[in-house]
Amino acid sequence: MLTDITLGQYFPGNSPLHQMDARVKIVLLFFYIISIFLFDENLNYAIMTASAVLLICLSRLPVIMVLKSIKPLWWIILFSFFMHIFSTPGEALVKVWIFEITREGILRGFIISLRLVLLIMISSLLMFTTSPLKLTDALESLMSPLKGVGFPAHELAMMMTIAMRFIPTLLEETDKIIKAQQSRGSDIGDGNVIQRTKGMLPVLVPLFISAFRRADELSVAMEARCYRGGAGRSRMKQQRVHKIDYIATVVFIIFIGVLAVVQVMVK
Amino acid sequence: MSIQLKNISYTYMAKTPYEHLALDDVSLTIPEGKITAIAGHTGSGKSTLIQHFNGLLKPDSGTVLVDDVDIGTKSTAAKQARRKVGVAFQYPEYQLFEETIALDIAFGPKNMGCTPEEIQDRVKYAMEFVNLDYDKYAERSPFQLSGGQKRRAAIAGILALKPKYLVLDEPTAGLDPSGRQYLMERFMRLHREEGTTIVLISHNMDNIASYADNVVILSKGKVLLQDTPEEVFRNEEAIKAAGLDLPEIKVILNELVSAGLDIDNRSYTMNKAVAEILEGLRRQGRC
Repeated sequence: MLTDITLGQYFPGNSPLHQMDARVKIVLLFFYIISIFLFDENLNYAIMTASAVLLICLSRLPVIMVLKSIKPLWWIILFSFFMHIFSTPGEALVKVWIFEITREGILRGFIISLRLVLLIMISSLLMFTTSPLKLTDALESLMSPLKGVGFPAHELAMMMTIAMRFIPTLLEETDKIIKAQQSRGSDIGDGNVIQRTKGMLPVLVPLFISAFRRADELSVAMEARCYRGGAGRSRMKQQRVHKIDYIATVVFIIFIGVLAVVQVMVK
Repeated sequence: MSIQLKNISYTYMAKTPYEHLALDDVSLTIPEGKITAIAGHTGSGKSTLIQHFNGLLKPDSGTVLVDDVDIGTKSTAAKQARRKVGVAFQYPEYQLFEETIALDIAFGPKNMGCTPEEIQDRVKYAMEFVNLDYDKYAERSPFQLSGGQKRRAAIAGILALKPKYLVLDEPTAGLDPSGRQYLMERFMRLHREEGTTIVLISHNMDNIASYADNVVILSKGKVLLQDTPEEVFRNEEAIKAAGLDLPEIKVILNELVSAGLDIDNRSYTMNKAVAEILEGLRRQGRC
């Protein structure tokens, strides 16, 4: 069914990762991604992989679900793996026509793929453990210094929140309209392209009308509650940094420190 | 001949953290030629249930038989059986889409493959049935109508299918009292004149008491009671447990009995109750 979708990838839970403040998570993720590309010693990759595994365990998410997050980018990973296998000069293992598979190439390809996999998995951990609403709130809060130069941080966040809020509603509505028209015997999704496009009309017209009606009602409701943009607006759910966030930050700094030391020592 | 549901179960968003069992082993029969009311608290599975009647939802387990044909298969017979059931959803006016009312009502018959003359006849018939004057309204845009007229135009779109079984999900929700009564009377006329079987989803127990031959009470995805209104309304505890109210007439009769009037409190329609109260008073010599 159409409404059987999960918005974003949020997976409700109560793990330490779920409890952390979204802003702290975003900032730490940012530095983690930088460090993935900064530290290129093999031992460091081992440490980073171990840390990723540890984080997945800590999040108490189904491991299969986290692994599935790689699926959409699977082809890109494979592509870059083979690019490196064939394009890195070094000790040849197999030679087919002009293509050469080198030992260095396999190693290089593996490292690059590992980087991408780490990148995707760690980023999706953020999506899995943070509700979309908290995420937009955190983004607004992180972007708010830019308000000084006229960047509409609040308006952007509000637009994102409203859009996300209405995705399930509109899907539900679409589902209802499709079913209503099916009850009147319309075969949506049958026939050739022209027939199918025509078949969508009985769904799209009521959907647009209802979307406009909802937008209109929402704006009236917001104005009736004296909404006038972000200036001076307080929040019901304050974002607070707790003990767990400090612990996470300290652990993260130590983690980066270890990576840096390893990097320098091995060189 | 009837609609029969056998051990239907349905789960929304199976295998996700939002999994929700909406129907749990539901078995019931909608007898032909009767008015069956389905009542239940919000979230009891009423709307999910009716979507099984014409195959909009496929049950996870169990079968739906319309006139003894399993509608879950892909055969032509199953398709024809599904067409016998017309479903009018809650707030059907939001499904209007055509440029004119006549075209919108013609959408269903056209999909059924009726001839242009037949379509024309059916549109006229349906519009007259819901009291929208054909000459006046046929060429108007459905979006120019008032709320109540839109509702009637949308219901005409279902009536034009001439269903044998007409399923109405809260048909009077959001209408004013006179509009409500008017619409209900139209449905009753359809029932009397065409012999259409009507399935009425409602949580207005007074409506159910005055129209239904059969009552099904749903609670948390299960059938709690399935009987004649008289028997169902006797089961006061079960009705309250399902989060529903007794019909007002029933409440008044119960109050009178507990106040000491010697009457039978089983009636649930206005006329019977009035007769019963008068009879009781006469027996006590107060009237």
